Amino acid sequence: MSSMKDAREATFIGRRTDGTRIRRPLSPHLQVYDMVQITSGLSVLNRATGIAWTVGSAFLVWWLMAAASGPQALAKAQWFFSSFLGILVLAGMTAVAWFHTFAGIRHLMWDAGHGFDLPSTWKTGKAVMVATGVATVLTWLIALISW
Amino acid sequence: MSEQNSVRMQSPLGRVRGLGSAKGGTHHWWIQRVTSIALLPLTIWFILSIALHTGSSHAQVVAWIGHPLNAVLLISFILISFQHAGAGMQVVLEDYVRGEMPRMASILAVKALCWLMALLAALSVLRVAL
Repeated sequence: MSSMKDAREATFIGRRTDGTRIRRPLSPHLQVYDMVQITSGLSVLNRATGIAWTVGSAFLVWWLMAAASGPQALAKAQWFFSSFLGILVLAGMTAVAWFHTFAGIRHLMWDAGHGFDLPSTWKTGKAVMVATGVATVLTWLIALISW
Repeated sequence: MSEQNSVRMQSPLGRVRGLGSAKGGTHHWWIQRVTSIALLPLTIWFILSIALHTGSSHAQVVAWIGHPLNAVLLISFILISFQHAGAGMQVVLEDYVRGEMPRMASILAVKALCWLMALLAALSVLRVAL
C-alpha cells in the first residue's frame, strides 16, 4: 500500500489490533451473488438498458439529420431501419426504452420512500417485466399497422 | 502514518475545505431525478409518435417534425435525454473505469459526444421547423 492509484483505495485502509495497516478485503460480488435474482438482475438491466438507450440514441440523431437533409438521405435511413438489422435494432430499442422507463418509475417510487420491502420489490419487479413486454408488443402492433 | 506524530498546523475546518459537498453533493442525483420525471411523458410521446410514422414519406415526416408543437417537444426530448444519458454514463464510468486519468478522459469524451449529438439532433429539428 505504498502508493495509491485510485482515490477509492483510501476507503480500503484498515488496522489490525496491533496498529499495523492492512488492506481491507473487497466484498466478493460477481463470483458469489446469484445475478439472476429479480432484485439484482433488474438493477443490472436498468443500467444496461440506460447504456443501450444512450448508444441507440445515435440512430435517432441519424434519422433527424436524414430528415433535415432531404428525401434521398431519409430514404437511405429508412432503408436501414426496414432491413433485418434495422428492425432488430429498433425492436431492441423499443424494449430497452420501455424497460428503462418502467424501471425508472419504480426507482422514482423508491426515491419517494415507497415499496422498499422485499415482497413489494418482487411485485413491482415483475410488474416492470410484464409492462415492458406488453408495451413493446403494443408499440410494434401500432408500428406494423401504420407501416 | 507519520503525520500522526507531527503537530498539525491546519485547523480542522481548513483541512476539509474544498473536499466536502458544500451543499452541492446531491445536485447530480437530483438533476438525474428531475430529468427522469420530464422524460417520462416525453419518452412515451416520442415512442408512440415514431411507431405511428413507420410508413410515412419524407414529406409526411418533415410535416410532422415541422409542426411547432412537435418541434418543441422533440427538442425538449433531445436536450433532456442527452443530459440524462450523459449524467447516467458518468456514474457508470465512475464506477467501472480505474485510474483518475482514464476515468476523467472517458467521462469528458462521453459528455462531448452527448453534447454534439444533442446539438446535431436539435439543429436538424430546427432546420426542418424553421
